[in-house]
Amino acid sequence: MTTQMWMLLATFVLAVWLIAVPLGRVLALLVERAPQPLAGVERRLLRACGVSGAEQDWRGYAGALLLFNLAGALFLYALQQLQPVLPLNPQHFAAPTWDSALNTAVSFVTNTNWQGYAGETTMSHLTQMLGLTVQNFLSAATGIAVAFALMRGFARSAAAGIGNFWVDVVRITLWLLLPLSVLLALAFAAQGVIQNLSPDLTVALLEPLHTDAGVVGSQTLAMGPVASQEAIKMLGTNGGGFMNANSAHPFENPTAWTNVLQMLAIFAIPAGLCMAFGRVVGDRRQGWALLAAMTVLFVAAVAVILTQEQAGNPHFAALGVDQAASALQAGGNMEGKEVRFGIAASALFAAVTTAASCGAVNAMHASLMPLSGGVALLLMQLGEVVFGGVGSGLYGMLLFALLAVFVAGLMTGRTPEYLGKKISPAEMKPVVIAILVTPLLVLLGTAIAVGSEAGRAGLLNAGAAGFTEVLYAFSSAANNNGSAFAGLSANTPFYNCALALAMALGRFAVIVPVLALAGTLAGRIRATRAATDSVSAALPTHGPMFVVLLVLTVLLVGALTYLPALALGPLVEHINLIR
Amino acid sequence: MNAFPSTSRQPAALFDRTLLRGAVRDAVIKLNPAAQWRNPVMFTVWLCAALISVLWLQALAGQGEAPAGFIGANAAWLWFTVLFANFAEALAEGRSKAQAASLRSLQSRGNARKLRAGDDTGWDSVDLTTLRVGDRVRVEAGDLVPCDGEVIEGAASVDESAITGESAPVIREAGGDFSSVTGGTRVLSDCIVVRCTVNPGDSFLDRMIAMVEGARRRRTPNEIALTLLLVSLTLAFLMATATLLPFSLFAVEAGGQGSAVTVTALVALLVCLIPTTIGGLLSAIGVAGMSRMLAANVIATSGRAVEAAGDVDVLLLDKTGTITLGNRQAAAFLPAPGVSERELADAAQLASLADETPEGRSIVVLAKQQFALRERQLLSHDATFVPFTAQTRMSGVNWAGRQIRKGAAEAVRRHVEALGGGFSPELQRIVDDAARRGSTPLVVADGAQVLGVVELKDIVKGGIRERFGELRRMGIRTVMITGDNRLTAAAIAAEAGVDDVLAEATPEAKLALIRRYQAEGRMVAMTGDGTNDAPALAQADVAVAMNSGTQAAKEAGNMVDLDSNPTKLIEVVEIGKQMLMTRGALTTFSLSNDVAKYFAILPAAFAATYPQLGALNVMQLASGESAILSAVIFNALIIVALIPLALRGVRYRPLGAAALLRRNGLVYGLGGLLLPFAGIKLIDLALTALHLA
Amino acid sequence: MNARLSVCLSTLRPALSVFVLLTLITGLAYPLAVTGLARLLWPEAAAGSLAPSHRGAGASVLIGQSFSDPGRFWSRPSVTAPVPYNGVASGGSNLGANAPALREAVAARVAALRAADPDNALPVPVDLVTASASGLDPDISLAAAHYQAGRIARVRGMDRRAVDALIDAHARLPWLGFIGEPRVNVVLLNRALDGVR
Repeated sequence: MTTQMWMLLATFVLAVWLIAVPLGRVLALLVERAPQPLAGVERRLLRACGVSGAEQDWRGYAGALLLFNLAGALFLYALQQLQPVLPLNPQHFAAPTWDSALNTAVSFVTNTNWQGYAGETTMSHLTQMLGLTVQNFLSAATGIAVAFALMRGFARSAAAGIGNFWVDVVRITLWLLLPLSVLLALAFAAQGVIQNLSPDLTVALLEPLHTDAGVVGSQTLAMGPVASQEAIKMLGTNGGGFMNANSAHPFENPTAWTNVLQMLAIFAIPAGLCMAFGRVVGDRRQGWALLAAMTVLFVAAVAVILTQEQAGNPHFAALGVDQAASALQAGGNMEGKEVRFGIAASALFAAVTTAASCGAVNAMHASLMPLSGGVALLLMQLGEVVFGGVGSGLYGMLLFALLAVFVAGLMTGRTPEYLGKKISPAEMKPVVIAILVTPLLVLLGTAIAVGSEAGRAGLLNAGAAGFTEVLYAFSSAANNNGSAFAGLSANTPFYNCALALAMALGRFAVIVPVLALAGTLAGRIRATRAATDSVSAALPTHGPMFVVLLVLTVLLVGALTYLPALALGPLVEHINLIR
Repeated sequence: MNAFPSTSRQPAALFDRTLLRGAVRDAVIKLNPAAQWRNPVMFTVWLCAALISVLWLQALAGQGEAPAGFIGANAAWLWFTVLFANFAEALAEGRSKAQAASLRSLQSRGNARKLRAGDDTGWDSVDLTTLRVGDRVRVEAGDLVPCDGEVIEGAASVDESAITGESAPVIREAGGDFSSVTGGTRVLSDCIVVRCTVNPGDSFLDRMIAMVEGARRRRTPNEIALTLLLVSLTLAFLMATATLLPFSLFAVEAGGQGSAVTVTALVALLVCLIPTTIGGLLSAIGVAGMSRMLAANVIATSGRAVEAAGDVDVLLLDKTGTITLGNRQAAAFLPAPGVSERELADAAQLASLADETPEGRSIVVLAKQQFALRERQLLSHDATFVPFTAQTRMSGVNWAGRQIRKGAAEAVRRHVEALGGGFSPELQRIVDDAARRGSTPLVVADGAQVLGVVELKDIVKGGIRERFGELRRMGIRTVMITGDNRLTAAAIAAEAGVDDVLAEATPEAKLALIRRYQAEGRMVAMTGDGTNDAPALAQADVAVAMNSGTQAAKEAGNMVDLDSNPTKLIEVVEIGKQMLMTRGALTTFSLSNDVAKYFAILPAAFAATYPQLGALNVMQLASGESAILSAVIFNALIIVALIPLALRGVRYRPLGAAALLRRNGLVYGLGGLLLPFAGIKLIDLALTALHLA
Repeated sequence: MNARLSVCLSTLRPALSVFVLLTLITGLAYPLAVTGLARLLWPEAAAGSLAPSHRGAGASVLIGQSFSDPGRFWSRPSVTAPVPYNGVASGGSNLGANAPALREAVAARVAALRAADPDNALPVPVDLVTASASGLDPDISLAAAHYQAGRIARVRGMDRRAVDALIDAHARLPWLGFIGEPRVNVVLLNRALDGVR
């Protein structure tokens, strides 16, 4: 790793922490109420919508959430199917196939934003705005709402309710996501991210292009309202690009600065939620512990990816290609990367986007070195808890915290407890269900795909690399990441349906148990430990030891479940490469 | 650690020969799948063993996916894995059963004299198993008490040694706190009428036997939560290994080389990965915990109570008998002005020579210790002893013209004032100071002259302060409960080193205190013996009733201490903690083991498809077959190796949670990570040396 | 039945009205407001950063173009279909590091560069022979530009130092040495080169 990389990584981590602290304050405030001048507006809007704002128990909360998301999915499906007859379709795009529309609808509603289609040649401006941008907001708000509910579950003592979903989703969208998105979108636009409603633009080429089909003298550029979608795509850890090349496209991510902003935007809310958690449960060290565990896992992952990518491809070296970093070039494995990002910013972005369940890419993950790709895969397979998705990262990490505390707590000779709440079978059940769901979907999905003709039909690369494409697709879908080893031709009925199922279950079969957990926890009495207790009888969950414990639990559960699959994909590829 | 050792009913030595033989037999009987079903992890192993056995038969018929010898060896070791787990459980149960058998021998058999309803003299001889709650029985000298009950008439000395191990007979009488009798104890003298308070089969003895034998052993909440975790891990590993088959078929097709992974290798991998170590030993740990409790002479009415003991945050302890010795003792001689300490001591000793109360004895002893004053034989010197009466509230001696009296300050003041003397202000100050210290001042006078004050103090038991320090390090708060006034209570609390004190305690105040702690989410443990303790006992999470206590107290508690030792609570807490720690330690160990097993089996299983994965063979195992077999054998043998740990329990140290975790995490986590690398390598070397694989 | 219907409606109403409210705010009001503001504040950037050109509609300085004239700087390989640098079909090769197709493609690109400049025996900068992620990468590294300087000078009959100076004039270096990469915009560089002639 070069000095430049260390500087970038260190600055980035520091910036994330610095953003997390004030943002955590705001988020913690939103858990309880709307900021003062806006509270009246919120109340009036909710009343107009017929929302009473009364506390819901977990079943009521989950019911409202599922209903709301179902409405979103149906609307997005219909919007795609109707786009030929709707306005703001300057390129006159036809409706996508039913399976592609279904996949896209589920994908955006579940905060996955897996894209089986190419944005600039499929979706009208209206679909991008009214369908995709909307779900970028709402799926993010849904995830944060679940995190809010779980925070309340921990903080409350002997309470029946975990909040009101309608209030939460409106409050999060209007007072958190919307203002941040406006600011970020304008910053992007200033740097060159396009924002217009124009049809494709044709410009003359400096040098006519001679092809087999004849001479081409012009270049057509896709246009659209990109900056507005780009902002929420990052802030909401959505990751679905306006363009096919996603954040590698110069119109989505034109400069090194927009790139840094994008990475910070991805981590901002997941990190801020950790801080908010600490505030809500009344012990900020608890939030720092979670953030520290996430940071440790993240930095380790970045280190591997950076080192691997900078070392470059041995096959290229044999062909007389210069991959050494110097003052004049980034060097390294530049296949599938952009010069303005080089190795450092591409590798960092790859780690950020897979650590968080964003899935935006500024480099093609399929062309990463095998071990880097493996680390990106593992970051998703760990359950998207290393920062993770907005909301889902925190609640996923809290599931692991409960698991860690359970095993470790037993070792201290007490019924394990976290934040003064005992972990009984009633808590354990939702935890293990939520943790089991995604490995089940990933492994079964991959097995079915590589075992079927329909699944094998879409592979671009052969052998272990092909296997990795499929494993990556299901890992990405079930964990609601959305990035891809894009060699896989996934826009087929088989993959569209299989991945849609994986995304839906990976999202809601986790959310429902998490809400059940929130409900159970809220009903428990929270043990308050007196300050006079010099020695904590319960395992402390804020120190370095807990951080180590949490990191090990996340790694152990993830590694033990996925090691065989990873060995057959990235590991074999890596050994092939170096021998 | 064990300051109050109990001697009876120690479990048999870990590997008693007859127990071993029985356990081996039971292990085979437990192969019945119906018995395995209760334990999902081991049931999975059972199914795997059955599957591999079928594959072995297929291989014998020449259709095998691998050499028959290899498959057969795997099948055999999988069956051994199940057998070893069965053996652990059977051994734990066998040890408990032996304890239960010794208890059962106490159970009264034969007939009882049942009084006829509405008739105080007539009785029928009935089989005692027909006795029901409310029946009255007459128990005469030499009879065994037929049921748990309450004495409603008469008083008798009862030999309870069978239950408590205490050989001195105790008095049981109608009314008051000593009215309860336990079935199986023997009346030595006199005759009592007992009203049965439980039906046959529900007595403490019965409950204890049922608990110990496991017949009524229900899974505790922690055990259920842990089982949930183990089952889900099993499912995850099932998924991880089962999907390897299609993955490897794809690899073979895509790579155009090698052959798919064998089912034998996958099943071996599965069994090695799922948490068989903890899964196989889980029920043994629970049974052994109950067994340890019984060895401490405590009967728990449920496993839940034992487990809750490990969680206790607050211990409520009665002052008298628990924190202090039962009685006050002389602690200092405080002479009046102009009187020497020795004179005072001499007079006080003389006044107490005939006083047989513990206080009186302690004055004699203190004088002897401080001034080497020997007890004098006063009888020969024509001395008259003045005994304590309720009217004078003084006692003393008239000897050699002296009238020495000692008594409460007020009583002595009246006595000397009547004789024309009085309390000087200095003396009054001494009296008040002593009272303020929480002591009882006893004033000594010779005629009208006041000699001084003997300070009687509550004596805190030796070692109790250290014990409370230990509890504090464990994170447990101690609260002293006493009927004394606040001043006295605070003084003793400071001396004993308790964290908090409840003075002037009434039953209502105790109940309220428990509820307040519980509302803060704390687990409260207490001991009690009187009927007025019953509400608080019923409210506490862990309630240990003294066997010497009333029936009401015993019914309200969830444990009964046969030794009636109030500090037993501390031991109970430790046993509860040990049980949880053992489970946690073995779970961690089991999971950490998996890393090495992957390194052993993965390269071996995929040797044909991806020979490059041989890079993972860090242990340099001889061949694929020996690698797989070594891992399976290690996995089976580790269960046997850990049986002693499961039965004895992980050693508990009174440390904070963080220190305990660091220690156990290092030993069982890191140890569990490293040990299998060495173990599997050694087994592989042995297999290779013996040409077995 | 009626009661159940009313319960259904009472839960459906918030669902639908909250959804409609938020859809209108985030799906119409928000993007339209940002469009308006962007057009007001940064009209060129919002429209695609088009550079005025002597030949009608100017190219975007953010989107690369393909060059094969040995007298111009060549851009990075682009694998967009059907033509390289297709502005409506962004994407990369997605070939894995071990893919034989990748090795062959890189070998062919190295060979083409060497054929166009037989005297240059230096190792080829990696970005010049690897496909970009978007297929629209407007930049090459400074190393890639200087690698081509000798060829361009020879074909154009210019002084090598003049070409190097032109590159340096257009070079963009990382801010504080770690944000951004040493690079040069090929479209702008080639246009400047054309201006020199």
